[in-house]
Amino acid sequence: MDQIILQILNGLDKGSAYALIALGLTLIFGTLGVVNFAHGALFMMGAFVAVTVSKLLTLSHKVVDETRTDFLGNPLEVDVPYVYDWFGQAAGDVLIDWAVPIALIVVVPIMILIGFAMERGLIKHFYKRPHADQILVTFGLAIVLQEIIKYFYGANPIPTPAPSAFVGSFDFGVAFGFDPNAIIYPYWRLVYFFFSIAIIGAVFAFLQFTTFGMVVRAGMADRETVGLLGIDIDKRFTIMFGIAAAVAGMAGVMYAPINSPNYDMGMHFLVLSFVVVVVGGMGSLPGAVAAGFMLGILESFASMSAVIDFLPGINQIVIYLVAIIILLTRPRGLMGRKGVMEE
Amino acid sequence: MSHSKVSRRGVIKTGMVASAGLALPQYLRADSHTGFTNAPGDSEVVLGFNVPQTGPYADEGADELRAYELAVEHLNGGGDGGMLSTFSSKALDGTGILGREVKYVTGDTQTKSDAARASARSMIEKDGAIMITGGSSSGVAVAVQALCQEAGIIFMAGLTHSNDTTGKDRRANGFRHFFNSYMSGAALAPVLAANYGTERKAYHLTADYNWGYTTEEAVRSSTEAMGWETVNAVKTPLTQTDFSSYIAPVLNSGADVLVLNHYGGNMVNSLTNAVQFGLREAEANGQNFEIVVPLYSRLMAKGAGANVSGIFGSTNWHWSLQDAGSQAFVQSFGTKYGFPPSQAAHTTYVQTLLYADAVTRAGSFNPCAVAEALEDFEFDGLGNGPTLYRGADHQCFKDVLVVKGKENPENEFDLLEIVEVTPVDQVTYAPDHPQFAGGELGACNPGA
Repeated sequence: MDQIILQILNGLDKGSAYALIALGLTLIFGTLGVVNFAHGALFMMGAFVAVTVSKLLTLSHKVVDETRTDFLGNPLEVDVPYVYDWFGQAAGDVLIDWAVPIALIVVVPIMILIGFAMERGLIKHFYKRPHADQILVTFGLAIVLQEIIKYFYGANPIPTPAPSAFVGSFDFGVAFGFDPNAIIYPYWRLVYFFFSIAIIGAVFAFLQFTTFGMVVRAGMADRETVGLLGIDIDKRFTIMFGIAAAVAGMAGVMYAPINSPNYDMGMHFLVLSFVVVVVGGMGSLPGAVAAGFMLGILESFASMSAVIDFLPGINQIVIYLVAIIILLTRPRGLMGRKGVMEE
Repeated sequence: MSHSKVSRRGVIKTGMVASAGLALPQYLRADSHTGFTNAPGDSEVVLGFNVPQTGPYADEGADELRAYELAVEHLNGGGDGGMLSTFSSKALDGTGILGREVKYVTGDTQTKSDAARASARSMIEKDGAIMITGGSSSGVAVAVQALCQEAGIIFMAGLTHSNDTTGKDRRANGFRHFFNSYMSGAALAPVLAANYGTERKAYHLTADYNWGYTTEEAVRSSTEAMGWETVNAVKTPLTQTDFSSYIAPVLNSGADVLVLNHYGGNMVNSLTNAVQFGLREAEANGQNFEIVVPLYSRLMAKGAGANVSGIFGSTNWHWSLQDAGSQAFVQSFGTKYGFPPSQAAHTTYVQTLLYADAVTRAGSFNPCAVAEALEDFEFDGLGNGPTLYRGADHQCFKDVLVVKGKENPENEFDLLEIVEVTPVDQVTYAPDHPQFAGGELGACNPGA
C-alpha cells in the first residue's frame, strides 16, 4: 500500500510538469491552430531564467586573500558577491538563497516577450501552412534555442537549488500511520505540485470568468464568426501565445531545483507532453491536464522494480503503449472535440 | 559461321582500363610504398583528435581538446614543455615526432558511435591522420577502436571506463591509458568496508548500456566479496532525467547503501534526486544510509553541486595530486587556460605523449612498430606513479584514486578530495579475468 501511495505521489509531480507544458501546447493549438514543437524549449528557457537570476545574484568581484593560495600557488582570489556589498552579507545570503522564487517573478514578463517575439516574428507566417511545415519550423526553432543556451551556459547541468527552507523531505509514512521512511517525499516536489495546481486553476479561471477568456473560448470554437463580430481575435490569440509561454516558463523555473537544468531538458518533456496532448484530445484543456497527471502516475508505476521484473522495458514504453490503446478506443483522445485536426 | 566481335585492340584497351582501375586505389594510398596507412612526409605528421564537440559531453570534449592542443604545443617545443620534463622516457626532445612538426585535425563524435566512426574515417581518409585519439564514451571508443583496427591506424583511447574496451572488444591497434570498471570496484571496496563496515545491503541503479553493466558487475563482485549483500539492481534508461520513481522505493527496500552506476547527466540527476528524497539523512538497518558513485569526474561533480559532499567514488587522476608530473601538467594547463585540467584532459594529454614517445623509440610511424613499443612499456612521471602498458590487453596499470566529495569546497574546482591512492597491485587482474573474457587482441594491422 505504501509503495502505491509513493508512486502516486511521484507521478503527481511528474504529471504536474507534463500537464503544465501540455496545457500551453494545447492552448496554442486550440487558439492559433499551430502545433508548437518549440514549447519544450520555452520550458527549458524558463529553467534558464532561474539559472540566470541565480548567476546574477552571485555576480562577484575578486578580493585577493593573501593567506590562501589557488591551484597554481598564487594568492587566492576570493569571489565576493556584489549583493554583499549592497545589502550586507545576511541579506545577500537570503537573496541568493531565494533565487528561484525571485526568478518566478521576472520570468513572466520575459517569457511573454519571448512568446510575442516568436509568434509575431516567425510562427504567424505559418498559420496558413500545413501542420507538417509548422512542426518543422517550430522544431527547428527549438534546436536553435537549445544551441543558443548551450553556447552561453555549456552542455553540463547547472545546479540551481531550492531555498534552504524547502530542502529535505516530508515523511508521509509517520504522518499517516505507516513505518518511518516508507513514504518519503521532498518538500520542493510538494511545492511544485501545489504550484502547478494553482497555475492550472488560474488559467482555467482566466478563460472561464473573464471577458477576455470568453472571447478566446468563442474564438477557439468558431474563429470566423468571432471575427465577423468585429473582434480582433488574432490579437487575443497572440496574447494567449504569450500566456502559454509564461506558463511554460514558470513551470521551468520551478522545475530547476528538481533536476539541474541543461540545454536539452525541454526536448525530453516536449515529446512526452505532445503525447499527453494527443491522449487528452487535441485542443482540450481539461484533457491535457487529466492526461498529464494520468500518464505521469502510470510512468511512475511502470518504473517500480516489481513491474520491470515482470515486464522488462515497460518503463520506457508505457506512455506510448497507453497512448496507442486510448487512441484505438477513443480516436479523438480522452476529451477531444469533434472536428479538431480532422479537416 | 559466327563472327566474334572481340578484337585485339579491344582486348588491349579493356585490359589497360581494368589494370588502371585496379591499380588506382593502390596508387591513391600514400602508403603504398611504405607498408602502412598514411605514412607521413618528411616535414609534418597529422594526428586526429576525435572528441565530442556537441552533445551531452561537449564540455568534457572541450577539455580534451585543450589538452591535445597543449600536448601538440609541447611536442613541437612550445610552452613550458609540461610533462616532457617529468616523463621517465627521454626520447621526446620538443622537435615534433621523429623530426616532423606535429599538426592535428579534429572531429566531432557527438557521443554517437556512427558519428564518431564517420569523423574518424574522414580524418584518416581525407586528412591523412596517422593516429586517432579521443572520446568520452565507451560505446564510441569501442566503435572507433574497431574502425582503426580495420584501417591500420593506432587508436589511443580517451575517457572510456567500460571493461569491454580492453576486454571483450580489445583490439591490437587500440590502447587505453584510462582505468576501468574493474579497477574502480577493486579500489573502492576496501575504502567502503573501512568507512561503512562489511554488513551492508546495496541497491544498484544502473545505466542501461554497456558501461553501466560492467560497472555494476565490477562493484557488485568487489563489494560482495567483502561481505556486502546486493538487495536489488535496477536498470534505468539512458534518456531518463527524473529518477524519482527509481529512487523512491530504495529506502523501503531493506538497503542501506545506494550505488549509482551512472555517468554524466544521469549521475547528476540521480544523485540530486537521491539527496532530495532525504537519503543522505536517512537511517536504515540501524546505520546511516550511504550513497556511492563508482566513477566521478570533476565536471559531473560541478553539475551535482553540494550534493556530492561526502560521497565516495573513484577517479583516474585529480589535479590536486602532488607528484612532479601532475604538478607540471596543472601548471602548464592552468597557466594557458586559467583553470585546472579534468581527468579527461589528463588522460588525453598523456596518451598523446605516449604515442609520440613510442614512435620515437620505435623509430617508425608503422602502427605495428608503435604497438610493439607501447606493449609492456613501463614508465613514470605522467601523474599516476609507475605505470605499465600491459601487452596482453593494451590496458595501463597504475594507482587508482578513491575520492570523496569535499565537505567545504573553497572554490568551484575544489570539489573532490583524494582519500586514498590505491596501489596498482590491488587493482591488477589477469588478462583472462571473467569480467574481461571473450576478447582477443588479434594481429596488429599496419593497413597496407
